[in-house]
Amino acid sequence: MDQQAQRNTEEPNIENPFSPGDQGNLLLEAHLEDSLPRQAESLTAALLDPIEEVITHYPISKRSAALPLLHLWQNHFGFIDESGIEWIARRLDLNSIAILELVTFYPWFRQKVPGKTIIRVCRTLSCAMAGSYEVHEKFCKSTGIDSSLDGHHGMPTSPDKKFSVEFVECLGSCGSAPVCLINQDLAERVSLEDVEVIIKKYS
Amino acid sequence: MSSLIEHPHPRERRIVFENAGKSDYTPDIETYLAHGGYVEAKKAFTMAPEAIISEVKASNLRGRGGAAFPTGVKWGFIRRDDEKPHYLCVNGDESEPGTFKDRYILHRDPHQLLEGMIITCYALNIHLAYIYVRCEYTHAKVIMEKAIQEARDQGFLGKNIFGAGFDLDIYFHEGAGAYICGEETSLLESLEGKRPYPRIKPPYFPAVLGLYMSPTIVNNVETICHVKHILRLGSAQYAAMGTPGDGGTRVLCVSGDVMKPGPYELAVGSVTLGELIFDICGGLRPGRSLKAVIPGGSSSKVLRANEIFKIKAKADDGTVIDKEVPLLDMVMDAASVAAAGSMIGSGGVIVMDDSRDMLWALNNLNQFYAHESCGQCTPCREGVLWMSKLSTRMINEGTHASDASMLHNIADNIAGRTVCAFGEAASWPTQSFIDKFPEEFGPRA
Repeated sequence: MDQQAQRNTEEPNIENPFSPGDQGNLLLEAHLEDSLPRQAESLTAALLDPIEEVITHYPISKRSAALPLLHLWQNHFGFIDESGIEWIARRLDLNSIAILELVTFYPWFRQKVPGKTIIRVCRTLSCAMAGSYEVHEKFCKSTGIDSSLDGHHGMPTSPDKKFSVEFVECLGSCGSAPVCLINQDLAERVSLEDVEVIIKKYS
Repeated sequence: MSSLIEHPHPRERRIVFENAGKSDYTPDIETYLAHGGYVEAKKAFTMAPEAIISEVKASNLRGRGGAAFPTGVKWGFIRRDDEKPHYLCVNGDESEPGTFKDRYILHRDPHQLLEGMIITCYALNIHLAYIYVRCEYTHAKVIMEKAIQEARDQGFLGKNIFGAGFDLDIYFHEGAGAYICGEETSLLESLEGKRPYPRIKPPYFPAVLGLYMSPTIVNNVETICHVKHILRLGSAQYAAMGTPGDGGTRVLCVSGDVMKPGPYELAVGSVTLGELIFDICGGLRPGRSLKAVIPGGSSSKVLRANEIFKIKAKADDGTVIDKEVPLLDMVMDAASVAAAGSMIGSGGVIVMDDSRDMLWALNNLNQFYAHESCGQCTPCREGVLWMSKLSTRMINEGTHASDASMLHNIADNIAGRTVCAFGEAASWPTQSFIDKFPEEFGPRA
């Protein structure tokens, strides 16, 4: 990696624009899941090994590993708590705000426990023309979720915690509209009958 | 995943989709090698890097991500021998509503992308490359990372690849659900682990001050795949498939109110919009007539079914004349769609029939842009939200006579006043929907 390591000394310090010595008191919002045990206190090799591996993908700046670490963390715990944000920041020699600002910006990340099955219904034009609003409404009704809830501020979750249902923007499969992501899997040409089948399958 | 790609239409000319469209094709390296895989990458290392760049220039390949910028010209901005390291970032964010082509390459033919990247990196003296893909393509990560490992095991990636004394590492990087990361400078910020606020150009042209402030090429997934085929076919044959200045094939993704939506790989300029909708896509639903077409992803300006454009054309005797072209006779290449006042963009064609309410459709797009504005520039951050609120109110609570001009006015005050092209992308739908369909934005109860 020597060739990548050559860096122009006049470049700004992209490695760490936030002073690591100035951690300060980062007051995270009160909606965090306070009552749960802090995630950073139960780290195992199942999470730590892939974290260390993925950091090696970014030989120029380990700050680049911020998104991959957040993905690994969220996949492992289901959401990212305050201790996770602090742990990742410390691992990458950053101030916590540099990680928190990513969690609050990117729609994929969440700071709350989601339902066991996450259903993301595509809301954008081609899917909407093919009936995605009706599909979303039916998913919500079948799982007891208020469909008027704005999913952009925490994922609407069913009372039994089995399902989270949210509208998302274009999922990039407009030719087989309407589409949904059911956890990791794409469901295409989803009809109202399919909604019932999916709910039954994941209940 | 959908088998939409497995039934090529006779008018298609499949190059990039040739393997991905076969129902028995698998994404592992053995299958790829059995289908002529990595032949061009090996060939590239016998060529001078400058010769590869010249071939790409001569091929008239234009970027397939949206801006249709000539790829060879973009590559020409990189000085092969300067002191800074160079990087390649492949843009697989594919979030433009109406676009769904790269997903097939990423899921079904990952080695084709890797081969294109290897050739590109050799040509431009790049030793570290990233593939930035939206995280909603959950399986693509597994498939691409397996492909990268397979290529590494074969000695096609890592140290001294193909025994040619050239080092190259490629890594997969997941986005996190933000449309703005498809904008190239935003993608770089995201890849650096920051909020993806686009950088201002000048001075931050990626080819000058890109990833880690070093010269960087950002190319779309499909664009990079074409590089392999330019070497395979030769630039002359590749360019000849397309139109002057716009070579090869491109994938048009058709969705909306057609009988057979899907991604179709066509020689550039080989079909008109009418042929695309009525021959290739099987026409509209029974009893419906065409109302509107968004020709190149949701950000491109909408076109009205009965529109007639005046374009400059060459007459038989060589003189330039004004020619009238009805919408359905518009050729689907970058220049023709631009002449019609819109853009080919990412090739996402959204077809709407006469059952569609244009105010409803525009409101859907306004909500999209309101959700996706990164919030860096005030006109965009505030404006797209106003547009969304206004069009939502027009639907829910009725429309006043002044609403259309107010909506248009907000859009006019976003476009051209922002750091990145999102401002235009968010304004063009509102401007064009109101201009083209004024009767649907008048007072209603």
